[in-house]
Amino acid sequence: MTKTRTQLPKTPTGIQGLDEITGGGLPKGRPTLVCGGAGCGKTLLAMEFLVRGATQFHEPGVFMAFEETAKDLTENVASLGFDLKDLIAHKKLAVDYVYLERSEIEETGAYNLEGLFIRLNQAIEAIGAKRVVLDTIESLFSGLPNPLILRAELRRLFRWLKDKGVTAVITGERGDGTLTRQGLEEYVSDCVIVLDHRVTEQVSSRRLRVVKYRGSTHGTNEYPFLIDEDGFSVLPITSLGLQQAASTQRIPTGVDRLDTMLGGAGYYRGSSVLISGTAGTGKSSLAATFVEAACRRGERALYFAFEESPSQILRNMRSIGIDLEPWVKKGRLQFQANRPTFAGLEMHLTTMHKAIQRFRPQVVVVDPVNSFVVGDNETEVKAMLMRLVDFLKMNQITALLTSLTSGGSVLEKTDVAISSLIDTWLLLRDIESGGERNRGLYILKSRGMAHSNQIREFLLTEHGVALRDVYVGPAGVLTGSARVAQEAQEQAAHTARQQEVERRQLELERKRQVLEGQIAAMRAEYEAQAAETLKIIGQEQVREAQLAQERVAMGLSRKADTKPNGHKGHAK
Amino acid sequence: MTAKTAKPKSAPRKPRPARAKSDAYILRLYVAGLTSNSMTALANLKQICEEHLAGRYEIQVIDLLANPRLAQGDQILAIPTLVRKLPVPMRKIIGDLSDTERVLIGLDLQPQERSGS
Repeated sequence: MTKTRTQLPKTPTGIQGLDEITGGGLPKGRPTLVCGGAGCGKTLLAMEFLVRGATQFHEPGVFMAFEETAKDLTENVASLGFDLKDLIAHKKLAVDYVYLERSEIEETGAYNLEGLFIRLNQAIEAIGAKRVVLDTIESLFSGLPNPLILRAELRRLFRWLKDKGVTAVITGERGDGTLTRQGLEEYVSDCVIVLDHRVTEQVSSRRLRVVKYRGSTHGTNEYPFLIDEDGFSVLPITSLGLQQAASTQRIPTGVDRLDTMLGGAGYYRGSSVLISGTAGTGKSSLAATFVEAACRRGERALYFAFEESPSQILRNMRSIGIDLEPWVKKGRLQFQANRPTFAGLEMHLTTMHKAIQRFRPQVVVVDPVNSFVVGDNETEVKAMLMRLVDFLKMNQITALLTSLTSGGSVLEKTDVAISSLIDTWLLLRDIESGGERNRGLYILKSRGMAHSNQIREFLLTEHGVALRDVYVGPAGVLTGSARVAQEAQEQAAHTARQQEVERRQLELERKRQVLEGQIAAMRAEYEAQAAETLKIIGQEQVREAQLAQERVAMGLSRKADTKPNGHKGHAK
Repeated sequence: MTAKTAKPKSAPRKPRPARAKSDAYILRLYVAGLTSNSMTALANLKQICEEHLAGRYEIQVIDLLANPRLAQGDQILAIPTLVRKLPVPMRKIIGDLSDTERVLIGLDLQPQERSGS
């Protein structure tokens, strides 16, 4: 749209999505051919082009109808909220019904379509029209004889419309092998849009394709569109690019331990999360936990349920202690429940788009995505989900999708091959052992964060979702009662070990006491001996002293000149 | 021009003078300017009327260039178009009326012409 190079001037249609595909609208001042089979929405597209032109772009328009009367047209589009009467009264729209009945017309020679030109001109001049619709001009061929003249006149008409500078939409019925029955595409060569309405597996879907747009780039794919109470919408063109900004903000999952597993903080805001698993593994419960946490934070959540009704979800979640009802009442949570077969994929996508745009949630849950797969429409479902995910990312909405893995197939595979779209993929699986099934959870991938590689046992308790460590032993992963048994066993072993320690400690203490007793006895004995010995020593000393004295006394008595007892040193 | 000779060359409706006769033909020729086609058509029409409907016809010529609004009323697309307003049912004959036989079929005049000849 914002191109530096000069592009063809364009007239916006105001139709959701169409202006994006065509890069701004239809070629201004030129005719555009809109063709397709019966009931594919040609007339509606054309009418919406005029109505939007009149109401949004101040460009009055002329609708020249060859098939429906003005009254029929007015009634038909009233259901889409277009008030033709009012527009006509305000001279923003003119409807001219051209009645042609072959049986009433006799051709008697050369003629031209000047009458048509005059009528059209008169209508254009009367309201200053900038837009013109001819629906379906091919009726002329069935209503008037002499196709040669008609062809020449049509060529003149389209040239005349160009000269007039009006942007025209010419509708044409799809022919056999050609875009239109009368080969109008030969005359209208500036822009050709083909509408298609096909039914696969009893579900209808509408497509739009810009076959040709002279002098302009345009989206060349087939784009799904739908017609609902707001008119025509082509979808959803936002997925043309991959320029979404990536948020670094994290939002909790609602399960503390899961947050821990996801790098300690939970999902990234605006990321896409897939929870896949076999039946009954708790996908919806995990989704509900996330939603509940979001509502608790004051965010808004939109829950698309394709398998359960809202009241059923509320009841079921209450049984595991997640009460969503208050949030519904507060207007933070909205349910949109539909059967997947209720409408075609495009219709679902658009209704989702609309609901999202209306409710402006921060969190969206789609539960489950694979229910859309009917027959072999996987690629379409993938395309649809891609568009949805892109749209949500663009709006920084965190998407949580659940996917049911059918029994027997590889767990790391979703029915819809959407894994590449997914930023965080949680896998819930059954762990069957010891005659019971338990749930295990692990993170298959999580882009942009360090995440745990551990399996956790996933429990649905009365207080919501809880994660437990699993026992990994020689017998493999233990969960459920096996885990409980293992726990008991370990507890017993632990107790036994503790008792053993205590016993040993006691014994040690006893030994110490015995030893101390012995030491005391020995000390007492020693002390007794010591006392005895000292006493003897004392007595000996006393006796020695006495002896010495006696010897002195004896010496005195014998007049000895030397001292007894060898004091020789003194003698020298 | 020759168109002047036609009875009332009326655009806004005028009371039709030839009303009284039940088998009166009221023929309205739509043209867009004085193109050769239109001139041929008018000339052919007059000739046929004089031949087959002498005295009980009325031709109105309407120039859509002058009165474009009138094109819608009679659902005119092709030029020239001759509209047989009366007798009912309304019939439309397009082209320059050069195929006299078809004009007579269109005006429901052929049997009469046959019986007449």
